[in-house]
Amino acid sequence: MKKKIYTLCFMCSVRCPIAVVVEDDKIVSIEGNPHVPAMKGVCPKGAAAVGWLDDPQRVQAPMIRTGPRGSGQWKKVGWNEALDYTADRCKEIFAQYGAKSAVYCERVNLVTDLSKTFLKAIGSPNYFSHDTICKGSINTACRSLIGYTDGQITADWSNARQVILYGRNVFESVEVKAMNALLDAMGKGTKLTYIDPRVSITAAKAHNYMMIRPGTDLALNYALMHVIIKQHLYDVQYVDRWVEGLHRLSAFVDTYTPEWAEVETGIPAGEIIRLAKEASRAKPAVVFHYGYRGSHHPTEIYFRRSIMMLNALMGSIESPGGIVIKKGPKDAGLDAGIRKFSDQEFPPMEDARRFDGCGQDKFPIADAAHGVGAMFPSAVLNEDPYPIKVLFAFRFDPLYSNFDYQQSLKALQKLDLIVSCDINFGGTTSLADVILPESLFLERSDPLQMGAGLKPAVNRRIACIKPRYDTQPMWWILKQLAERLGVGEYFPYETIEDIWQYQLADMGIGIEAFEEKGFVSLSDKPIRWDRNDGIKFKTPSGKIEFTSSLLEDNGFPSFPPYEPLEVSDDRFRLMVGRCIAHTNVMTQNNPYLNELVPENRLWINAKRAAALGVNDGETVAVSSSAGEGRIRAFVTDMIHPEAVFMLHGFGHREPESRRSCGRGMADAEVQEAIMDNVGGSPALDHTLVSVSKL
Amino acid sequence: MGDYLIYTDPTKCVACHSCEVACKAKNHVPAGATLGKIVVMGPGMINGSPAMSSLFVPCFHCEDAWCMNACPVDAIRKSDENGLVYIIRDLCVGCKACILACPWHIPQWDPDAGKAMKCDMCMDRIEEGEEPACVAACPTNALQFGEPTRLSHQSREDYAFKLLKRNPRK
Ligand code: SF4
Ligand code: SF4
Repeated sequence: MKKKIYTLCFMCSVRCPIAVVVEDDKIVSIEGNPHVPAMKGVCPKGAAAVGWLDDPQRVQAPMIRTGPRGSGQWKKVGWNEALDYTADRCKEIFAQYGAKSAVYCERVNLVTDLSKTFLKAIGSPNYFSHDTICKGSINTACRSLIGYTDGQITADWSNARQVILYGRNVFESVEVKAMNALLDAMGKGTKLTYIDPRVSITAAKAHNYMMIRPGTDLALNYALMHVIIKQHLYDVQYVDRWVEGLHRLSAFVDTYTPEWAEVETGIPAGEIIRLAKEASRAKPAVVFHYGYRGSHHPTEIYFRRSIMMLNALMGSIESPGGIVIKKGPKDAGLDAGIRKFSDQEFPPMEDARRFDGCGQDKFPIADAAHGVGAMFPSAVLNEDPYPIKVLFAFRFDPLYSNFDYQQSLKALQKLDLIVSCDINFGGTTSLADVILPESLFLERSDPLQMGAGLKPAVNRRIACIKPRYDTQPMWWILKQLAERLGVGEYFPYETIEDIWQYQLADMGIGIEAFEEKGFVSLSDKPIRWDRNDGIKFKTPSGKIEFTSSLLEDNGFPSFPPYEPLEVSDDRFRLMVGRCIAHTNVMTQNNPYLNELVPENRLWINAKRAAALGVNDGETVAVSSSAGEGRIRAFVTDMIHPEAVFMLHGFGHREPESRRSCGRGMADAEVQEAIMDNVGGSPALDHTLVSVSKL
Repeated sequence: MGDYLIYTDPTKCVACHSCEVACKAKNHVPAGATLGKIVVMGPGMINGSPAMSSLFVPCFHCEDAWCMNACPVDAIRKSDENGLVYIIRDLCVGCKACILACPWHIPQWDPDAGKAMKCDMCMDRIEEGEEPACVAACPTNALQFGEPTRLSHQSREDYAFKLLKRNPRK
């Protein structure tokens, strides 16, 4: 008998609501959950999920390494042996170096509450998430202005009339709902402006494409603000009511004229003025999108702030068709939300200093909920602030995600114990001492998700089929480890139903309520605050702080002068990005996705390639002070002459992953260790590389 | 296409290839082969601006199907009910005549089974009132499935209403 099950995808972190049809413990189809508007189909990653189910190249059982790191020599073991081994090694190491010698990193997911519980229970302050490497600086930028993180806001795509995207490649780095909402809006006349040194699919769909000089978006924004303020194109009433520091901004952008920006960005002054005017005409239904990944340049936080300031000038924050603040259970009139395991009382930590100094000395204003993951390799290598011996890498691969591959590799090699949880053999996993394989999202149920939004809802992932191999859900693995480490009491559950009950205890919702649609909506109507008087900004002033107390109280300026970007005659600014077929460094070995996009290429401007004698399709060497790699060239007029581009996620070297091993090049090989030291993101698009013919 | 058509709306298509992947997953299509294929032109620079377009190419389910006429063992049939052209896998002897005969070489080769395979427009899904897998997977509504007459009516109406809305009082 066929059965339709509503659950949540996890091929990427968006977690789209999906409908899975199952018959005889087999997946018949995966489509969008029809109860969610704009969620019709799935992206190719969702469609390809089944490719992983029976894949013989998956991690099929717990494994303990038997040969040197990375040799591909493993012993298949039972769960008890793997867990005992992990716990015994931890105990030995913790006895000498303390539990703080363990760092836990993961892709934020539905068990994150339990990951944090685990760390608090064992007594380590050292957590970081994938988010920090991807967008730590957007998070900090948003908090510095409105008191909310980027995760707590969203764009009201359906009602926007002007959308301006800075490399936010919405049609390749997708959230299905958002993509559809924008496409529908465009069908009804919404105008899309796309700014990127490279022609992406989004560029091809845009009404207005600007090939900007790489790394100069901040200059463009200062000029836009200059025009908007000088020509009084802003929403005067909104700005008077909500903005703190307009006069300082006005004085600051005085010299940043469109003519000045034209020289820096390559975008004609007239076009900058036209964009400012067009956006202003549509205000407040304007989205200057703050970005999805925000880890490009050392000034990242100030660039992301400038985007949000443009929204503020348009009066678009918390306006229909603008940027909106996501609402939670309290806003929907409930007394409480989901109960968290990490809110239990834990014993005090012996040493609260973090490996990354996040929220402390080194990165006082970066978000400690995510940490500053880019600091991990140097913390290990320099034993600063203390020796780090253990890494838990759960569904996240720090080896290929951070800059400077060689440095990361050295750091991982230095560790005493790497515990990895993965679906297939990724870079860190193949160096691990023990692998605790998680079941695929189709094979497991997970803790409930609080889906904040204009219409908040609680969402559920539920197992659709039985695990194909000897794998387990993470919530089970963590409890088992905790018990062996003597802190099992913080995991008061046996089954997933126990977890759901615990989570829902204060909400007055029963788990049966999820059967019908896979989620429980907390509000029928979008919850919007009155933009004249009801917006609850969470800054100290309750306003949008152009003059930021978060920055200035910690010794950082609100308006640092623009520093022109160096022009290199012989090198290129390396840009990286995503395509729709892959999630970061995780999916390159999936049989279907590997077939779709098996390797990356180096996009290089045709004129510069000709000067180097590089032909299309030819293998070239790419190098920087961090290292060198080889990759085939894609010679094109669709990229700015000062930039080269490659997709992130390739260049895998894990022998176990036979489809992706040796295909393409890892951007991390040549990305230098450059950071945004205020916001906390690595600057992954800032390295100047040389390209040479072989 | 038998009694059905799949339309592509290139303004909506983002070249994501979900349609192809969903088809492959559903029909257990081996690596390298595609039953329904999304053909994408671009992105490329046209008169200084980036542009792209695409067209989904499944089997056309011809009225007088070349593949069917070429098959020496009558493994290819046309459904009386809905005109869809399909291969009876057990009868296929792997001679590849259909692949050669089809003007667009649409039937595909399954090297593991040593048999031809082709798009049957997900007959089983259609019988259950569902859209073909490619159409159901498309995340942007770029693919539309239906009877040619209905799709034609719809496109004409969409077009006409757009015009009429501009001048509602005439
Ligand atoms: S395979 Fe070719 S000849 Fe046969 S029905 Fe399809 S399009 Fe026509
Ligand atoms: S699934 Fe839809 S949007 Fe994606 S390539 Fe196919 S037709 Fe285009």
